[in-house]
Amino acid sequence: MTISFKVNGKPASVDVPGDMPLLWVLRDTLDLKGTKFGCGISQCGACTVHINGTAVKSCQRKVSTVDGADVTTIEGLSAEGNHPLQRAWEEVDVPQCGYCQAGQIMTAAALLAKNPKPTDHDIDNAMNGNLCRCATYLRIRQAIHRAADLPTAAMGARQGDSN
Amino acid sequence: MTIETTGRVDRRSFLRATALAGGGIMFGTYLRAFDAVEAYAATPPIGEFTPNAFIRMTPDGLVTIVAKNPEIGQGVKTMLPMLIADELDVDWKNVRIEQAMFDSTKFQGQSAGGSTATPSNWLPMRRVGAAARTMLVTAAAGTWSVPASECTTASGVVTHTGSGRKLTYVQLLDKAATVPAPDLAAVTLKDPKDFTIIGKSKVGVDVHDIVRGKPMFGIDVSLPGMLYASFVKCPVYAGKVVSANTDEIKSLPGVKHAFTIDGGAQGGLMGLMPGVAIVGDNWWLIQEARKKLKVVWDEGATASQSSAGFAAKAAELAKGTPTKNVRKDGDVDSALKGAAKTVEASYYYPFIAHAPLEPQNTTAVFNDGKLEIWSPTQQPGGGRNLVASTLGLQQTDITIHMTRTGGGFGRRLSNDYMVEAAAVAKGVPGVPVKLLWTREDDTTHDPYRCAGFHNFKGGVDASGKLVAWSNHFVTFDGASSASMGATEFPARFVSNYSLDTSGIPLGVPTGPLRAPGSNGIAFAVQSFIDELAHAAGKDPLQFRLDMLSNTPIQDPPPPNAANGGRGGVPGGGFDPNRVKGVLEAVADKSQWGKVTLPKGTGRGIAFHFSHRGYFAEVVQATVSKDGDVKVDKVWVVGDIGSQIINPLNAENQAQGAVLDGIAEAMAQEITFVGGKARETNFNTFPLLRLKDAPPVDVSFKITEFAPTGLGEPALPPVVPALCSAIFEATGKRVRSLPLSKTDLSWS
Repeated sequence: MTISFKVNGKPASVDVPGDMPLLWVLRDTLDLKGTKFGCGISQCGACTVHINGTAVKSCQRKVSTVDGADVTTIEGLSAEGNHPLQRAWEEVDVPQCGYCQAGQIMTAAALLAKNPKPTDHDIDNAMNGNLCRCATYLRIRQAIHRAADLPTAAMGARQGDSN
Repeated sequence: MTIETTGRVDRRSFLRATALAGGGIMFGTYLRAFDAVEAYAATPPIGEFTPNAFIRMTPDGLVTIVAKNPEIGQGVKTMLPMLIADELDVDWKNVRIEQAMFDSTKFQGQSAGGSTATPSNWLPMRRVGAAARTMLVTAAAGTWSVPASECTTASGVVTHTGSGRKLTYVQLLDKAATVPAPDLAAVTLKDPKDFTIIGKSKVGVDVHDIVRGKPMFGIDVSLPGMLYASFVKCPVYAGKVVSANTDEIKSLPGVKHAFTIDGGAQGGLMGLMPGVAIVGDNWWLIQEARKKLKVVWDEGATASQSSAGFAAKAAELAKGTPTKNVRKDGDVDSALKGAAKTVEASYYYPFIAHAPLEPQNTTAVFNDGKLEIWSPTQQPGGGRNLVASTLGLQQTDITIHMTRTGGGFGRRLSNDYMVEAAAVAKGVPGVPVKLLWTREDDTTHDPYRCAGFHNFKGGVDASGKLVAWSNHFVTFDGASSASMGATEFPARFVSNYSLDTSGIPLGVPTGPLRAPGSNGIAFAVQSFIDELAHAAGKDPLQFRLDMLSNTPIQDPPPPNAANGGRGGVPGGGFDPNRVKGVLEAVADKSQWGKVTLPKGTGRGIAFHFSHRGYFAEVVQATVSKDGDVKVDKVWVVGDIGSQIINPLNAENQAQGAVLDGIAEAMAQEITFVGGKARETNFNTFPLLRLKDAPPVDVSFKITEFAPTGLGEPALPPVVPALCSAIFEATGKRVRSLPLSKTDLSWS
């Protein structure tokens, strides 16, 4: 079936089975490799993207359900790749292997969009669905706080496009 | 033009300078890895010594440095070039890093394992940079007709100290290419106080691209016309395909090919297993087709094995006479009889899976008898050997591109997924195929961390001194990373000591998991030391310091000097003074013994020596009355020698290793039923989550010893330190992991 939605602000139209998870449409049909496959059962969060501004695990989301929606992936989080979280992640040197980090950043971005100055407790709750096998958690927490302190010019730019 | 010397350094290395077309200069050399490669990492193939480029300097002022080793998250792609760049005396901001291809004729030791990159490369990589700097200085001195000794370098500029004249490296490129290359063994290295890059925190070179979602991992490889594949193996290792409905599968949407592949004899259980390949143009549709796959398996003998059976066999063996004595000093039985107090305890740690977050994958294309492979592997050389021998190809017909690897932890020292991809690609010649495992494939087909059963007896005399120690270690026959050496602490530090082993037959593969051997041994040994400290009425820190103060038994040198990570020297390289140094430092940092804790909160201390690194750790944990464990804080002190090369990454690695150990201890276990792994995904094999990550305070004690590796040695002590903290909090001793299986409630 043909499904049309916006990806990173641009219209996309794909002819794939409606049951195909959004993750595989993004990665293999639209060649957006930033969104990662980790578990396939919504346990690890490596596949996290935004659907209409909400963080969603794309491995469990049938593509038919995003018809007409606005999907944002790590590639489109900010136009120039300078979202405060991206800058903070780099400044703090969060990643080890780096595989989970796109999902971590997407979940954190949805948190900051709603809650610009999260507490540790807020971060614990929001990030609970994202696993980091290298356990860079202490730096993830540090980088989210750091991003909350950075100028917010780029934050939410993508969400702004959806309306 | 090309100049070559045959200067000898670290066995054999050659340096070559080559002028580049269009300006610029390339310095090439190559190196043999040190002899002491960790035992589980394959011996690097001895290649022919043909030069290759490590450094490329171009007229735009940029310096491109090739990173030769696989990057699995340990930071080696940043660290090795730092060594070259510092000695070359260029600014880090002008350095660009390129990942090397796998090429055993140009590079040596292209593997990631055993925390070996630092000790193997600390001097050789610096010499590469220093030799190039020497040639640039020689070129400048020649231009000015002054002695090279009157010239200094900094930030890519040569200065003549007498006259103040300056030439940039860029200005010197053409001339430097004509300078005879120096003997690498004779180049002068910097005094460490003059380092400008080594010892300074550098952000990982790929972080910029990682946080922007750029493709770089094996799973991200995409080739024109590429198909996708799954390879379905028997849930019981080495089970064979009797029949499969491949014709039906072939007719399903998205599927183009379905065929059976016979296993290969090479590589044992981590070689090519029998199975069914499903190939198509949509990986998700392949998974849908897979749901309809019906295979009749001949499960084979391993189907009779189970975790319950292993435990029963271990209990039976523990009662009997051990199969093998590893070490015997003094007379343990007499010493136990004469001891004021004795303790007997049995410890168990389970099989666990590696679970790197990027599922196993490899992309391969087979064309005219040649294979080209893109793979996230820790050991491309081993992979090429396995692929060549399994498929009957020449090594020279196999090209391997090393991608960034989404976690290693030892899992990708095995190349089973690489040989599967190669075999599938060979089945559809001319077409690139990306084989991608599911998480379930990965959890159920892993070279597991081997389980182990330790049966201890110990005795202390009336003064509280440890006088007897015995361990009947029940392990598994032929298992990997599942043995204990004759010098494993407390061997040599107890006058009456015995270590004996027995083995259980095992049909599932085992392999090195981060800090192999040590990750289980430290739990058992350090926990039992804690029990003896309590029996002796001694503080657990003081009891350990007292043990370490005993004069060690002097063993003859081992026959094989290349004794892996333990240093290849008498006593396995174990230096009790370095242990005492980190123990005392971590006690100081954590205010050990000086803090009053409420009931339900406790602290534990432990140390371990592995991979040439010394780590002591203190854990504070709180256990609720219901028995829920929360780690409050961990203090870590490590001694890995004279230099922390990249402090920013060192802290990250040590924190990650400690949290990894906590995750393993808390809830990770693979259990076998009917020869099959019961746990299949993160819902049953849980990783640590952010809310459960305590603060981890890391510091390093700088000593005069040569720098050593950090990927692994910070992990082992945290497990026993946590279990001892739980004992202090609750009075309950955790003797079996994961600790989630022990009722820790208290009132």
